Amino acid sequence: MLAWTIYSSFLGVAVLMLLPRTNARLARTVALLTALLGLGFALGGMLDAKIGEVHTITRVPWIPSLGLEYHLAADGISLTLVLLTGLAAVAGILFSWNIEHRAKEFFAFYLALIGGVYGVFLSFDLFLLFVFYEIAIIPKYFIIAIWGSTRREYGAMKLALYSFVGSAMVLIGLVAAYVVSGGHTMSIFELAKFPFPHGFQMWAFPLVFVGFAILAGLWPFHTWAPTGHVAAPTAASMLLAGVVMKLGAYGCLRVAMTLFPEGMAPWGTHILGFGSWRDVFSLLAVIGILYGALVALVQKDFKFIIGYSSVSHMGFVLLGLMTLSQVGMSGAVLQMFSHGLLAGLLFAVVGRMVYDRTHTRDLADLQQMDLGTLFPFTAVIFTIASVASMGLPGFSGFVAELQVLLGAWQAFPTLTVVSGLGLLVGVAYMLRALQRVFFADREPAPVAARSSGNGHLSLEPISIPERLGAVLLVGVSLAIGLYPRLLLDWIIPSFNSGLFGGLPKGPP
Amino acid sequence: MVTALVVLAADLLALRDLELRFRLSIGALISIAGCLVSAGWMLALPQHADFFQGTLVADSLRELVKIALLVLTIFTLLLSIETNFTSHVGEYFALILLAASGMMFLVSSEDILMIFLSLELTSLSLYILTAFNKRSVQSAEAALKYFLFGGVSAAFTLFGLSLLYGLSGSTNLAQIAAAIRGPGLDPLLAAAIVMTVIGFGFKVAAAPFHLWAPDVYQGAPIPSAAFIASGSKVASFFVFARVMMLGFKGAEGGGGWHAYRPGWIPVLAIVSLASMVLGNVAALAQSSVRRLLAYSAIAHGGYMLLGVMTQAPQSLAALMYYAVTYGLTALGAFGVVSVVQEMSGGDRLVDFAGLSRRAPAVSLCMLVFMLSLAGIPPLAGFFGKFYIFAQALSGPADGMGMLWLVILAIAMSAVSLYYYLQVLKQIYIVEAPAPIRSLPAPVLSQVPLVLLALAVVALGCAPEWLVGKFTAAVKLAGL
Repeated sequence: MLAWTIYSSFLGVAVLMLLPRTNARLARTVALLTALLGLGFALGGMLDAKIGEVHTITRVPWIPSLGLEYHLAADGISLTLVLLTGLAAVAGILFSWNIEHRAKEFFAFYLALIGGVYGVFLSFDLFLLFVFYEIAIIPKYFIIAIWGSTRREYGAMKLALYSFVGSAMVLIGLVAAYVVSGGHTMSIFELAKFPFPHGFQMWAFPLVFVGFAILAGLWPFHTWAPTGHVAAPTAASMLLAGVVMKLGAYGCLRVAMTLFPEGMAPWGTHILGFGSWRDVFSLLAVIGILYGALVALVQKDFKFIIGYSSVSHMGFVLLGLMTLSQVGMSGAVLQMFSHGLLAGLLFAVVGRMVYDRTHTRDLADLQQMDLGTLFPFTAVIFTIASVASMGLPGFSGFVAELQVLLGAWQAFPTLTVVSGLGLLVGVAYMLRALQRVFFADREPAPVAARSSGNGHLSLEPISIPERLGAVLLVGVSLAIGLYPRLLLDWIIPSFNSGLFGGLPKGPP
Repeated sequence: MVTALVVLAADLLALRDLELRFRLSIGALISIAGCLVSAGWMLALPQHADFFQGTLVADSLRELVKIALLVLTIFTLLLSIETNFTSHVGEYFALILLAASGMMFLVSSEDILMIFLSLELTSLSLYILTAFNKRSVQSAEAALKYFLFGGVSAAFTLFGLSLLYGLSGSTNLAQIAAAIRGPGLDPLLAAAIVMTVIGFGFKVAAAPFHLWAPDVYQGAPIPSAAFIASGSKVASFFVFARVMMLGFKGAEGGGGWHAYRPGWIPVLAIVSLASMVLGNVAALAQSSVRRLLAYSAIAHGGYMLLGVMTQAPQSLAALMYYAVTYGLTALGAFGVVSVVQEMSGGDRLVDFAGLSRRAPAVSLCMLVFMLSLAGIPPLAGFFGKFYIFAQALSGPADGMGMLWLVILAIAMSAVSLYYYLQVLKQIYIVEAPAPIRSLPAPVLSQVPLVLLALAVVALGCAPEWLVGKFTAAVKLAGL
């Protein structure tokens, strides 16, 4: 059943391509139905699967002469992320209801991207995983470059090249692993069991990890993220932050850490105070948390704030992975889910609810507009989203970040304190944005401002699809925040399966 | 099996005074029929024969390559139907067929004398095909350049081959290999290796012997350029690999990072490196799509050389898979260029602006071709690269010795995405210039393009079909 998430998305692409070019409404409806279908299949698949084991969906030989298989499977981690993809896809389409320009192509690229993402999360053959991973790159380029805003061609090309360089690094590692293991199989199960030589793991791990982490926004390879997010149309920013960055983090966990666990073992010597690749990457993750938050604090563009906040939040994911403890890693997966929802929501508010109506994202301009009174619904949603993203208890972000920090405390106490600082700065930039955009103290001349700028009143009201999308995202985040076991029951047992057997256990 | 083509070519001369378009169609149809007949013949009656001690060999591997060449020829002929650059239809088709038969002789031969002869037959036909547009100065210039470079390189090849003959006393590849096998590398043999590499390097347009390629790709009539990029490439790479793998067996040397030993592999490694770097970097700066394709062809030549160098059991299968799929893709890309040239009168990048709104089907085909060339899965180009790289690393001698070259190749393919996206950017993103001359793309020329695009997608999604055939044939041939 889960496999149909992939097939239905690509079928949707095919149907869209056959539709007449002018009918945007039809294209939207088809796309929404496809996304809903995908979400339905994801939910159905979750009910079908058993907790705590890897559930093989399809396994047939694909290229027998090279030992490559078409192998779809899912464990709790994949299921969590598939569900996230389903939610983000539906929400993204609801928030791009106003696309009129070449709508059919837009939704076709959009669904192709979604299909690729589902595929990555469900592939248990590395070759297949890589194929889906690359399928997801190209639609991003077109979506951003055709329907984007600020410096869209630059942002799109930068994003495409960063992704492709990352995937080139991954490809080197994968081809090498395939050859070293004898050239019979690319199955994750088989390769996770294969004892790669220590020296090989020592260079293959950082290569593949960084290759994937580029897409997860690891500092200093994050620079594609803010420009890409800002340039992208709303739905694409939601997907980029919500799902595509998770592809990178998922790859780090599923491929780099599973295949080459010894790559994280100590080097035996200290270089510049680092004792292992683990130390290096956890430091980079913390720098990402802090740097993203500090840069977000001084942005003038509303969307850049959210863009840099994504870098900061993804730092928590990578830090959680590097703890290697169960609580930290499951926190990281939960953070992927939570950030997927919340970043999606924040981008939806900025891109669709604010920018599409006011045509500016400059904080100083927005301050003059009194958006809090004009769009009460938007203000409420943004307030909820921002406190949730600050880590208010009751929302998913709190549970996730708490778990990451708990795990990190055992592994790297100093770094944990620093990343706690990042949380504080996070509160500061979100409150700053919230206050300046929605609750600014304006000069006491509201009547004059309104009569002079008639445009303010003619702003289009918040539409039904937008309300639905926002409520959907907030609701899920609240549900997970109040009862995190909904997902943790899926995630935690997955770490006990044989796949992660090679990881060095516990705090060092 | 080859004579059928030549006889058929003569028939065309009878159709002198019919209308041009009609003659084009008739000529193409007859030629296609000839190709089909010979392909069907090979399929129906597989032969295993060895004429004149290896002068002409027929086995399943060669038949497979020849069928692939015929398929490429058929598509070239289909592309030619819509052209209007010449009134000498008969001669034109005859030359294409002659070149195709030259390539097939080239593939069949295991004797250096015969290899040289068929190489010349192919090259001479291609020189004339390049010059066939008599109204264009560019075409003549390109042909002259091609001819001069070709002549010099033929001299190099001949020199290298005669040195080989002098060293071994035989013209048969296997006997040469037996004669030259020894512990050290004879200086004469080193000279022979370098000369031969130069000669073949020219044929496959590897840097630094590539100088003719951009001019020819740009100046030649499009079907000729497409044929040079596809068929000629497949045949030359096959024979190149045979000469190196079989003829110079025992003089491989080692190209590993830490394991350098003199031999032909280090020479090829350098040529391959130069081609990848130069091809990809120079393509970044092109404003003409045809020149861009030329530099990309040089870069792809570099990747394919990687396949020549490796001596894993399946490396020849990997190489041929790559060469054939590349040939199909390049043909398709040239086909799109030809359509665009008819519609907007040029092949510069800006002439492609807004194509997706004027000709959606053609644009979609171009999307497939460009992404396949860039190596994006699930298209054929990606699988070809994966296959070649995996084989390159699993060579027996120094295992991971080729890793440095593979890393470079993968890094360079990341560079290449940029210029392929530049083309697609023009097609899909840039708006068309204000007065859209909405010339509808001719339907007939879309059919082969769509077929080619489908083939590229199908071979990428289900590569097992072709790979299985090649591996079986290679095994059968005992390589």
